[in-house]
Amino acid sequence: MDDLYRELILDHYQHPHNHGEIPGADISVEDSNPLCGDKIRIDLKLQGDTVVDVKFNGKGCAISQASASMLTDEIIGKTLDEIKTLDKQFVLEMLGIPLGPSRIKCALLPLKVIKVGVYGVGANPDEDEDES
Amino acid sequence: MTQPGLNISAIREDFPILQQTVHGKPLVYLDSAATSQKPETVIRAFDTYYRTINANIHRGVYTLAEEATAQYEGARKKIQKFINAKSFREMIYTRNTTEALNLVAQTWGRANIRAGDEIVSTLLEHHSNIVPWQMLAQEKGATLNFIEVDAQGQLLPEQIASVITARTKLVAITMMSNVAGTITPIDAIIARAHAVGAVVVVDGAQSVPHMPVDVQALDCDFLAFSGHKMLGPFIGVLYGKRALLEAMPPFLGGGDMIREVHRDHSKWNELPWKFEAGTPSVAEGIVMGAAIDYLSGLGMANVRAHERELVAYALEKFAAVDGVRIVGPLDPDARGGVIAFEIPEAHPHDIAQIFDREGICVRAGHHCAMPLHEHYGLAATTRASFYIYNTPDEVDRLIATLKKVREIFKTQ
Ligand SMILES: Cc1ncc(COP(=O)(O)O)c(C=O)c1O
Repeated sequence: MDDLYRELILDHYQHPHNHGEIPGADISVEDSNPLCGDKIRIDLKLQGDTVVDVKFNGKGCAISQASASMLTDEIIGKTLDEIKTLDKQFVLEMLGIPLGPSRIKCALLPLKVIKVGVYGVGANPDEDEDES
Repeated sequence: MTQPGLNISAIREDFPILQQTVHGKPLVYLDSAATSQKPETVIRAFDTYYRTINANIHRGVYTLAEEATAQYEGARKKIQKFINAKSFREMIYTRNTTEALNLVAQTWGRANIRAGDEIVSTLLEHHSNIVPWQMLAQEKGATLNFIEVDAQGQLLPEQIASVITARTKLVAITMMSNVAGTITPIDAIIARAHAVGAVVVVDGAQSVPHMPVDVQALDCDFLAFSGHKMLGPFIGVLYGKRALLEAMPPFLGGGDMIREVHRDHSKWNELPWKFEAGTPSVAEGIVMGAAIDYLSGLGMANVRAHERELVAYALEKFAAVDGVRIVGPLDPDARGGVIAFEIPEAHPHDIAQIFDREGICVRAGHHCAMPLHEHYGLAATTRASFYIYNTPDEVDRLIATLKKVREIFKTQ
């Protein structure tokens, strides 16, 4: 009934993939959406340069949670360099829904957190671009 | 439902913005706690100012400047009467409530708070009535203590005496919470604070627009509020007792706040200009007078009565929806026209988004009250807030849309 809340989004929200924590994760990062304070934490397990497991945790809206659920599916099996190439456009196409400026922040929060993990704090070269 | 005091359909006609549709639905504006809409008289007052009398105020000897000055100072006197202050000298224009509270922290606070002193705030406060005191306490080595709330959003009565102690130098308290809606026991708190010799700073951002406020009856030392939440422009007001203001150092230094400037020292201007450095928001100050005229014409007791009825109606409707958690008191006499709520199946962002599709403006988030949300274990809430132009029909649309949200988010 509402194109924003189509079944795919609601399904990922209500039954998120890769939800939880990885004890002894190689990379563990947490960040929040300044708009609402929603937090998300992402744990990555690596083999060499490749992500072999990922889990996310945190509370948030349907858009940020579905984005985290779908994005974590996407990055399993990818190398860190491959993850660095993921951008705003990738996330928006993955979600496939029209988003206004405030909700784009929700959609991009998981990618932002993953990039902080992959690049290290403050070192994401696309950080400013992702936010706008 | 009848409001003997206010003719709501006539009032709605005065607000051009309410006449539009959003996403094909009539606009329902339920975010007046964030900022209110403006009546035609306020909008026109801006137009008139810029078309006919725009000039910098004070010290101009030509007609325009004199007229602008007269209107700017005239509006100040209207606001003074509106809150029943003794003198216009006690009325200081600021940017907003936040700046008014920071003004007190930076001037009275820095001059009077010492290491070991206590400052008291409450868990109901907006960040603007917490952070300036936190900064002051850190700078001075003082402590900031909080009066806690119960499950219904009421301040714990026994803590008024136990948290406000002989070491307390300043109490910063809201008259009405912008999340729980709670109308606080302000008289008891002011009495206790004065009994221990503390100064009381009242955050009136939600009370002054929505209920009668009389600073002499309250006997508060400072009161801060925002024009934009009371039909007016983006400007703020600080009321302060004259003796305190006279003794305080100035806030910002510059033009207008001085009487004499020499190479090595300056002499401060008289009140209230001592605290108004630089060219002020002249148009906003003047237009504030039009907002005060509009509210005075309605009568603040009528405004409060209308919102009380609307909240009573809304609480009743919310109670009929299963599983809704309302933040704050359930007694309409104990709260203002603000209802923050939570439902288990949907996040406030998603709720607000679906409301937007129905033309309904509500706010989602922590509403600048993170300590209160944290206390209740809430990450965020959805907030609907009412004003003079809202109707029971709009409450019905709010509830119908809430049911729609639940339908969409029904677990599959
Ligand atoms: C209770 C309360 N205090 C303070 C403020 C801050 O007002 P302003 O943003 O106008 O400074 C607000 C409004 O957001 C409020 O609701």
